[in-house]
Amino acid sequence: MENLPLVPLIPFVSAALLIATAGRLPKMVVGLLGAGSIAAAGLLVLNIGIEFLRDPTPMSIHLWTWISINEFKPAFAFYLDGLALVMMSVITGVGFLIHLYSTEFMQDDASFSRYFAYMNLFVSAMLILVLADNLLLMFLGWEGVGICSYLLVGFWYQDPANGAAARKAFIVTRIGDTSMALGLFLLVAELGTLNILEVAEIAKERWEVGATIPTIACALILGGGLGKSAQLPLQTWLPDAMAGPTPCSALIHAATMVTAGVYLVARNHELFMMSPLVMSAISIIGVATLLLAAFTALNQHDLKKILAYSTISQIGYMFLALGVGAYSAAIFHLMTHAFFKALLFLGAGAVIHCLHHEHDIFKMGGLRKKLPVVFWSFLIGSSALAALPFTSGWYSKDEILLATWSVPTLGPWLWAGGIAGAVLTAIYSFRLVFVVFWGEAKTIPDKQPGLRMSAPLIILCVFSIVGGLINMPLEQVFPSQTNAHAAGPVAWITMTIAIVGVLVSYLLYLRQQINVEPILNKPALKKLRYFWYSGWAMDALYDRLLVRPYKLTASLLKTELIDRFYNLIVESSVASHRALSITQNGKLRTYAINLVVGIALLAAFLTGIV
Amino acid sequence: MELLNLLIILFIGGAAAWVGEHFSKGLSRWISLLFIAVAAVSLLEMLSNIPAPTFLKDPITKDPTTWLIHGRADWIPRFGISFELALDGLSLLLVVLTLFLGAVSVIASWDEIDKHQGFFQANIMWTLTGVIGVFIALDLILFFLFWEVMLVPMYLLIAIWGHEDKAKAAMKFFIFTQVSGLLMLLAMITLAIFVKDANGYWSFSYFDLLDNNLTSSLATFIMLGFFIGFTVKLPGFPFHTWLPDAHTQAPTAGSVILAGILLKTGAYGLIRFTVPLFPEASIAFAPIAILLGASGVVYGAILAFGQTDFKRLVAYSSVSHMGFVLLGVFAWNALAIQGAVMQLVAHGLSTAALFMIAGALQHRLHTRDLQKMGGLWQSMPRMGALAMFFIAASLGLPGMGNFIAEFLVLAGLFQVYPWLAVVSSAGLITGAIYSLKLIQESFQGAPDDTLTPPDFSALAMSAMIAMLIGLIVLGIFPQLVLDISQPVINALTSEITL
Repeated sequence: MENLPLVPLIPFVSAALLIATAGRLPKMVVGLLGAGSIAAAGLLVLNIGIEFLRDPTPMSIHLWTWISINEFKPAFAFYLDGLALVMMSVITGVGFLIHLYSTEFMQDDASFSRYFAYMNLFVSAMLILVLADNLLLMFLGWEGVGICSYLLVGFWYQDPANGAAARKAFIVTRIGDTSMALGLFLLVAELGTLNILEVAEIAKERWEVGATIPTIACALILGGGLGKSAQLPLQTWLPDAMAGPTPCSALIHAATMVTAGVYLVARNHELFMMSPLVMSAISIIGVATLLLAAFTALNQHDLKKILAYSTISQIGYMFLALGVGAYSAAIFHLMTHAFFKALLFLGAGAVIHCLHHEHDIFKMGGLRKKLPVVFWSFLIGSSALAALPFTSGWYSKDEILLATWSVPTLGPWLWAGGIAGAVLTAIYSFRLVFVVFWGEAKTIPDKQPGLRMSAPLIILCVFSIVGGLINMPLEQVFPSQTNAHAAGPVAWITMTIAIVGVLVSYLLYLRQQINVEPILNKPALKKLRYFWYSGWAMDALYDRLLVRPYKLTASLLKTELIDRFYNLIVESSVASHRALSITQNGKLRTYAINLVVGIALLAAFLTGIV
Repeated sequence: MELLNLLIILFIGGAAAWVGEHFSKGLSRWISLLFIAVAAVSLLEMLSNIPAPTFLKDPITKDPTTWLIHGRADWIPRFGISFELALDGLSLLLVVLTLFLGAVSVIASWDEIDKHQGFFQANIMWTLTGVIGVFIALDLILFFLFWEVMLVPMYLLIAIWGHEDKAKAAMKFFIFTQVSGLLMLLAMITLAIFVKDANGYWSFSYFDLLDNNLTSSLATFIMLGFFIGFTVKLPGFPFHTWLPDAHTQAPTAGSVILAGILLKTGAYGLIRFTVPLFPEASIAFAPIAILLGASGVVYGAILAFGQTDFKRLVAYSSVSHMGFVLLGVFAWNALAIQGAVMQLVAHGLSTAALFMIAGALQHRLHTRDLQKMGGLWQSMPRMGALAMFFIAASLGLPGMGNFIAEFLVLAGLFQVYPWLAVVSSAGLITGAIYSLKLIQESFQGAPDDTLTPPDFSALAMSAMIAMLIGLIVLGIFPQLVLDISQPVINALTSEITL
């Protein structure tokens, strides 16, 4: 386990090599380095995991003291426990499959090497994020994944639209990050440390549950999580982030980075438990986000955007779980979601790859026979996303919803929201499958995914089905669930509700038994659908509220109003110079008059007349 | 008086570079580099004579014998003016930064200057002489002398080798500094007169003047003299308007020195003189200074976003970043001052690098207008990648020195003025907004295929890589720098509590 620091180091070194060689290496070598470094890190994690499961005592590895000013001594130190192990396994495991897939997907791209440099750097930063033993080091990983996300979203920089999407992603998450930084300042000021274990310990000693300061601290830190995990009100960046290459969306915007907010709260759950108010807020935000995003997903026709909104929605479920204190359920859903959403994104990548970069699902259709591997991937991925019984998503979502029901007062309401979301999820995910893979073929694929793209799909299919049976070593990390799980009809509804959604989707989109077109096209409903389609008009709202005023302020101030004051001094001295120089006109007459007037005034003054 | 060697070497280096031009074109650049290297070696030699534990021991601010190096010779004994030079951890860091960025500035203008190359190099070297003098002079009159010495060659650099609007920019720079310098001189003399009345003898020595028992209203006036003198140089809001013009018009080496080093003399003055000489007056004034700092952070960032000129944008980013220094100094706790010191070093490197890129772009494209750029990554991937790196550093990405600086300043400020820390934190967001605009409009976007400017040369690359490594080391092992300044800050914060 002493080689734990090597896990983030290996991808980092690979990234550094790829950057230093600046594309001069042959693609073969780049691919080997890029995917190989993740494989090596993954094998190391496997090794560490086996050792850890044999003796599951958490351990810290202190590398060096990062900063040391009086009592403030954050370190470059890693902390390994069950939670870190689960996260590392997902990052390197799913990460490796995505890298392998990328070697084929990006083969014809001129910037092949730059792509893998960014991807490796991302994995390294993400590993630091989940291994950090203190919040400052976590913040390093946190911002590190942010900049890598920025670089990958704007990877095809020649198109300014991609740059705009990348900047939006970075700046919106940066707003959350700033809130998180303020939370850290507050912790430093109040507790004098950022070490996660020490924070939890000292907070329990010094603060009372529900007091103001822990509530503020938790709310500020939560802000970071909302930004990174694209939850209300900072969710608007994720759909735009789909401008990046699809495998990077699978890795960053589905499986790993966007779930960092969930990890943040789970990792600091002892701190968050100091504030029941913030915990309730988390669960309400979760439900609101999952419903909002599900409605929007239902109305999208861009393949990747559907998946993006679906990701926002599924992370909403994880936040719901966190808010009700079902931490291991949240991490469980994080893991299964990583499997099936990575699968769906990689499947989407394959469709787009084979269909001349087509994104619109209504221009696809009938791909069931043409792209069989991709079809099965989508079918399995969507089943898990919809949480059909016995898929991985079913286990994790059930755990969340059942835990939600048994929460006092709010519980049933939150549960109802979650159930409504589950129906919507099933409808939109099977809408996707039916529209893309059944019906008449509108675009003909010009190639088939090769082995390096198919193999990751098949492996992820397996995990999406059986991933629910994985037993995560989280007993020591989280407090055991005290609320009794719901039983009886509630349990039955929870377990089977997804089937209803699939049936609705089947009737609407495959059998087209019910012709809903006339109803949908009624003006009022059309407006509502457009409202949903636009992500509940939040982009427009922020544009009016923030973007335009900021640009306006900048353009008003641009001329530097303050300089007017200094220019006034210059102008007044020039003016007085002009005024006084009139007196020196070289005319004897004027001088004589001035002299006489001067003497007269002086005399008058001296004799006391004036 | 071994410290005098540093000044002599650099001064002679300037003269030699001037003369060297007559022997061979381009020789003066090498002469400059050589003399900077000699100065660095002589500094190292001096340091190697100091026993290692001394570096870690807290000095006593009033007792020069506890400093790392101290020397004094009479100059005008009648008025107690002496040639007093001293070095502690704070000045050591800034002297090292000056020498390093001095070399970078020579490289930055390697091919840019055609006319009077020798005199150009001489002015660079003499500016460096003045700056290092400022960092090590501990007699107030001597300090003021160097303060003026660094001004004149800098003025010439802008006025002779600057761009289209150079005369006006140079004049503006000169007058702003001159007027604020006059205020400072008056404050120094007043202070010395009052201390003379109390002690019975004349002295301009820092160590004698620390013990002034001025009445509070008088101290406030004198303190303001010092404060304005240094804040104009920093530059702090609202005294910053000379900076965008001076930066934009200066030749690349001028911008590198201006942003990298010259601004730091203002910050140094605040830490060294303003607060320690007038602690009570500074306490009372701190909220206003911090308000100015916070305004600078946000105002500078918003104005940076509004710019369309590459250099002007970077210039306004300096206004924003130097706001953090003002915050750090007047929050006056170990975290915040360490943050301010780190900001001096890190901002020195990151901004020098960005100005070097700006200079390289102007040299190749003959424009600084961002609207005429775009997609330059395609033809200059090395420069693009480096620009991306330094922009990321300057927006405060963890892993680089600038993050450590901003984090420490804000964490320290939060302990004393939490609400102003919240306001200043907006700088983290606004900083990202203008930084990403800069990279988008220059290196990203649709490339113009008719333009194929050459990428960075090997020599320029070596300077850039050195700064890149420097920033990463500052970000990952900041303690290397913090350890050097910590004893000084311990001494200051334990003797003075705001």
